[in-house]
Amino acid sequence: MKNFFKSIFIIFLVTSLFSQKAFTDETKKLLSTDWSFKGFFGKFDRASLQRGYQVYTEVCASCHSIKYLSYRNLSEKGGPEFSEEQAKAIAANFEVTDGPNDDGEMFTRPAKLSDKFVKPYKNVKEAMASNGGAYPPDMSVLVKARSGGVDYIYSILLGYDDPPGDISLEDGVYYNAHMYGNKIAMPKPLSEGLVEYNDGTEATEEQMAKDVVTFLAWAAEPHLEARHKIGFKAIIYLIILSFLVYFSMKRLWSRIEPKV
Amino acid sequence: MSAHNYVPSSKLGKWFNDRLPLLSLSSHIREYPTPKNLNYWWTFGGILTFCLVAQIVTGVILAMHYVAQADLAFESVEHIMRDVNYGWLIRYFHANGSSMFFLAVYIHIFRSMYYGSHKSPREVIWIIGMIIYFLMMMTAFMGYVLPWGQMSFWAATVITNLFSAVPLVGESITNWLWGGFAVGNPTLTRFYSLHYLLSFLIFGLVILHIWALHIPGNNNPIGIELKKPSKDTVPFHPYIVIKDLFALLIFLILFAFFVFYSPNLLGHPDNYIEANPMVTPNHIVPEWYLLPFYAILRSVPDKLFGVIAMFASVFVLVILPWLDTSKVKSAIFRPLYKQFYWILVLDVLILGYMGAMPAEGTYLLIARVATTYYFVHFLVILPVLGYKEKTLPVPLNITEPVLGGSPNPDMVKKKELYD
Amino acid sequence: MSDQKKLKRRDFLFTASYAIGAVGVGAVVWPLVDQMNPDKSVKASASIEVDVSSIELGKSITVLWRGKPVFIKRRTQQEISEARAVKLEDLKHPEKDEDRAKDPEWLIMVGVCTHLGCVPLGNKGEYNGWFCPCHGSHYDTSGRVRKGPAPKNLEIPKYEFINNNTIKIG
Repeated sequence: MKNFFKSIFIIFLVTSLFSQKAFTDETKKLLSTDWSFKGFFGKFDRASLQRGYQVYTEVCASCHSIKYLSYRNLSEKGGPEFSEEQAKAIAANFEVTDGPNDDGEMFTRPAKLSDKFVKPYKNVKEAMASNGGAYPPDMSVLVKARSGGVDYIYSILLGYDDPPGDISLEDGVYYNAHMYGNKIAMPKPLSEGLVEYNDGTEATEEQMAKDVVTFLAWAAEPHLEARHKIGFKAIIYLIILSFLVYFSMKRLWSRIEPKV
Repeated sequence: MSAHNYVPSSKLGKWFNDRLPLLSLSSHIREYPTPKNLNYWWTFGGILTFCLVAQIVTGVILAMHYVAQADLAFESVEHIMRDVNYGWLIRYFHANGSSMFFLAVYIHIFRSMYYGSHKSPREVIWIIGMIIYFLMMMTAFMGYVLPWGQMSFWAATVITNLFSAVPLVGESITNWLWGGFAVGNPTLTRFYSLHYLLSFLIFGLVILHIWALHIPGNNNPIGIELKKPSKDTVPFHPYIVIKDLFALLIFLILFAFFVFYSPNLLGHPDNYIEANPMVTPNHIVPEWYLLPFYAILRSVPDKLFGVIAMFASVFVLVILPWLDTSKVKSAIFRPLYKQFYWILVLDVLILGYMGAMPAEGTYLLIARVATTYYFVHFLVILPVLGYKEKTLPVPLNITEPVLGGSPNPDMVKKKELYD
Repeated sequence: MSDQKKLKRRDFLFTASYAIGAVGVGAVVWPLVDQMNPDKSVKASASIEVDVSSIELGKSITVLWRGKPVFIKRRTQQEISEARAVKLEDLKHPEKDEDRAKDPEWLIMVGVCTHLGCVPLGNKGEYNGWFCPCHGSHYDTSGRVRKGPAPKNLEIPKYEFINNNTIKIG
């Protein structure tokens, strides 16, 4: 029985060891910050999510879609938790195509809560054509789509630098210390004071990077808080039940074996 | 199955049982004599049954919401994750359940190899088990394609392309598999159908697997054949049921850690990028449980021989009962075999690690050495060991050594025999 | 320890295990059942807003709400009087017209026959209202069943005028 527990423990160790693979060959070690949603009891910082939404809308949304989010998500539990009125007002800022109407024509109308986030480009080809052939990836699950996750995206945002002497850059390509291959087609998106936060927080680059990445982490995992909460209860429950069943088992087996 | 003189207690029960003997079957299972010295490595059969049922239940539910169409598949999975009530839970359970299923099956297979459960008279149980394992790999492979991420698409491309290695008809077979000239929507829809079908084939084979087991009965840690029932056995219910339940709960704790706190640890980030036939990911890797075979495949420079080597690595497992010539079952009494066994375990872990690495340089060299050793273990070492190895004396029954009446007093002191 | 006490402790252990186990089974079964309930995107489309400014007197439009047709009829004075004049005792499903149409000019009903679910046809039937061709139910100018197998009047959904021209249904 000891061996059984030993092996489960080893499996656990091995998998957690393999999870430290946030390294790539040439690029530097990733930057990180104190993400409020990490750890067993991690939660999203609501204010940070709201600021992050603001950064996304004002800085990123002109090129990056986030097509699997709906405007109603902004007021749902576990997210930025704007009030329903605020979320409705946010949605109404954007125009969506609807139809056909009774004349058979498509028409535009202000977005409702039930609509998905409006995309900056109609399709991938238009996005590429407008960005020198590079496609600004959709951000709905971007945090899960990159090795290194939130740390990686955070590092990219803050990783712009002058290229070292031996690297020459083509037109429309920039040097980034954390990008795979060190070259990125996106110009530096953040600069000091670029956004004027509604809640008055000082908009340093680190602050904006942290807030927008927090927002993206929520966008990729809107049920993270529920998942942590239910998970905690489930594991405690399983531990308690294991004890109960273990002692029941010993009790039961004692009937037939004086010493098992 | 022994003739059971079971008579149902109620009249209705007797009426029904005369027409379809389900109550007799239930009684047989409850009374089924199980060796009382089974250790926790024997609980994985029960754990596997749970995994299979869990995958089927969560899979059928996912199928209510998933859309198997190339333009909609990825989006439908996001719909499940975001909008379907508890969709995120069911999806993460199914995805991580696949990994847990393979973890359990590897432990189950390696337990058999250690204690000689593959040997006579249990050869057919072993072969059915190998068929189940093969179907599991096919099912998992096809299931992974369904979300239609980058890894889904490109793993499908790489693996289906292997068939083009077949001489003469290779390309036709591959186009037939694809339903086109490359992996695309026809491939996706047929993989969906087959993923659903194979799961139920596995279920049917598991029933045969258990049926075949019930003829000779379970093997046990000291590998001797027991009279059933006897003082060496206990009825399956409640003694083994509760032990299996306890082991399952511990297994579920590990499972819960993955599902609730690290649901994407065992997956690959690239599968959160929508499939793009124009862009290949930097490193195409299958899920961890297929890595050893991937390493073997890439060890051989020739495409066709690589495929043959990969299938051969499963085939040597199928014929294991005839490769392992030893008359002694349990590795407890086979000191040399025991060492080679652990070297094999290490070899498989190394192969797995190499499967995740790029197939070049030192990694490739190590993979080749490990692949060669793998075949040497099964084709050379095992047959030879059976004849040459000096085994320890095997006790006559289970309780005898505990009571100190064993011919070999050393065995009495070895408490871990009965762990 | 006496055998009695041992027995009690053992039973308690088993009983506690079963009970706590049952709680777990229930907790597991609930998500598997709840996933079939309407999901969040369906619930988000649970209400619609309809512009009624272009509907002329005596005319009606049909809109799709929660997957079903909804009749929005702008009634004439004659239709209103007819509806109000009906005696409650004559109705299979007695309902006052005032309760069904708070603003008597506007009759808003789910266009699904209460018999077996077909869509009744407007301006048809012996009572100047709707007629269901499937099994011959007749509805009057208030959408109440007057003849035929339908057991209940046409359903009035939750609705409100959010301004003079717009109704929010649901």
